[in-house]
Amino acid sequence: MFDSLYIAWKYIGYNKARTATLIACITLIGFLPISLELLLDESEHQLMSRAVTTPLVVGVKGSALDLVMNTLYFGNEVPELMTMAVSDRIMDTDLALPIPLYARFRARGHPIVGTTLDYFEFRGLKMAEGQQIAVLGDCVVGAGAAEQLGLRPGDDLVSSPENMFDLAGVYPLKMKVTGVLHKSHTSDDLAVFVDLKTAWVIQGLGHGHQGVTVLKDPTLVLKRTEGNVVATAKLYHYMEITDENINSFHFHGHIAGYPITAVIAVPYDAKSGTILQGRYLSKGESYQIVKPEDVIDGLLQNIFRIKNVLDAVISVVALATVMAIILVFALSLRLRQREMETVFKLGCSRMTMVRLVASEILIIVSASGIFCGAMVVLVDQFSNDLVRTLFIR
Amino acid sequence: MINVNALAFYYQKDGFRLNVPEFTVEKKEKVAVIGSSGSGKTTFLNLIAGIITPNAGMVRVGDVSISDLNDSRRRDFRITHMGFVFQDFELLDYLNVLDNILHPYRITRALKLDKSVKRRAALLAEEMGIGDKLKRKAADLSQGEKQRAAICRALLPKPKLILADEATGNLDPENKTLIMDLLFRAVEEHDATLLAVTHDHELLKRFDRVIDFKNFQELDVSCSTAFT
Repeated sequence: MFDSLYIAWKYIGYNKARTATLIACITLIGFLPISLELLLDESEHQLMSRAVTTPLVVGVKGSALDLVMNTLYFGNEVPELMTMAVSDRIMDTDLALPIPLYARFRARGHPIVGTTLDYFEFRGLKMAEGQQIAVLGDCVVGAGAAEQLGLRPGDDLVSSPENMFDLAGVYPLKMKVTGVLHKSHTSDDLAVFVDLKTAWVIQGLGHGHQGVTVLKDPTLVLKRTEGNVVATAKLYHYMEITDENINSFHFHGHIAGYPITAVIAVPYDAKSGTILQGRYLSKGESYQIVKPEDVIDGLLQNIFRIKNVLDAVISVVALATVMAIILVFALSLRLRQREMETVFKLGCSRMTMVRLVASEILIIVSASGIFCGAMVVLVDQFSNDLVRTLFIR
Repeated sequence: MINVNALAFYYQKDGFRLNVPEFTVEKKEKVAVIGSSGSGKTTFLNLIAGIITPNAGMVRVGDVSISDLNDSRRRDFRITHMGFVFQDFELLDYLNVLDNILHPYRITRALKLDKSVKRRAALLAEEMGIGDKLKRKAADLSQGEKQRAAICRALLPKPKLILADEATGNLDPENKTLIMDLLFRAVEEHDATLLAVTHDHELLKRFDRVIDFKNFQELDVSCSTAFT
């Protein structure tokens, strides 16, 4: 067998282009369905594990999927905004603990999640280094985000403007990183957490500026009446919250009217959860309450329906490729007819001829298997990140 | 060494018929067979080698009746006892010269490939003047070099019978003489018997006997006009 392998190896080495093409074809036939299966399993695991640990999500009526994807995975699609009054309403029912979320802004590609300290307790997020959010402008980063952005406690992180060309829009805020979270292998790893109020400061709803009552420069004052000063746009707004200027930060209007994207409702017991869901059933209700598990389950059903189609397509392509490979081998045998006649004339047995061809197939299939295995291991190794990059954004 | 008796072979398709009433080659004899193209000389060599089997009659090589052996034994006998030099060399392009020479050892269990065989292959190549080309691919050799490699392949298992089918047919006159010199020398050194099919009348004087394939009569080669 060794001699047959040796001769086959020499033949393969001599026909490099043909061999490379065959190996690439067989590798892809194996790699595509296996990696797809791996990625789908991983995405199912990631989506479901997060969904089952999130009991109820409340948001504005509309796409339940966008609401859940934004609330659970801080996806790019921001659901229609609602106000803090929705969170207060849940609190008032005494049926569940409301955890408001405002996941709208980003910092260097990572989602900024405005929330309360309850969120960390609810998700079981622990500090790996540094300390929790304490004051306005503080932020805590997930392990993945810290690694990717090279952040450590004490560093600064600037929020990204929503639109480069919107001069009147959200201005960047320089935040102070106070802590880095332990890896949780969830979307939290890539997020930047701030207090809700900091998120509102990013939006410009809360701000800090020079004291208008003591302004000397007349160009900074538009109108001054007793008990009220109207400043011009020239007035300097702080873009970083420091110990010196923190007291100048303030919010206009009532907090209950401030925006959030969703509320995670954590019912105190199953009965409370059912009652709470019942409260959002009326036709006139502007808000929806969804069980993320059901929404994700529906999504997965669709994914698996698509996967079945993909599987069928891959099967047909694989069949066509296998037939093409058989054709290539058959043509190759025909091209080698003269060689076969030579070895026959020399006195080679039929079995050895079979062994020569089998060795060639064995080497090509083995090489494809090794390549396929290596690529599958690679995909498996990075499936967590791949799923998040490809499917959950 | 070779004994053919009442041999009959025919192709049903095109009506080709070959009849050899009697043909004998003694041990260590060098015999040439001449005849017109298409007369069946190559078929005759193939019948002796057991590559094809006769419809009737007997082919005996040494003490073995080739026509009585089964396919597997015929192959084994051929690879161990006969060396075949083909007209168009039939080397494998993807193997280098050394691997081509060693090829019979790699395709049968009847021959055992070890270091001494490899050494002998290198020596043989050296004798044939291609010792410096052992690592070259067969496809990169000249016609003369290919034929030398093919002769090395035929001689390496030390066969007692060498069958040469127009071994110099593709060569220029200079190479023709050189190759035949090498073949004859190797045959003598190995105490082998040579049966060669040839069209080349200039070479016939070097053979012990020349047989006219038309009637299987021995020809007198001392007079060159006999072939004009």
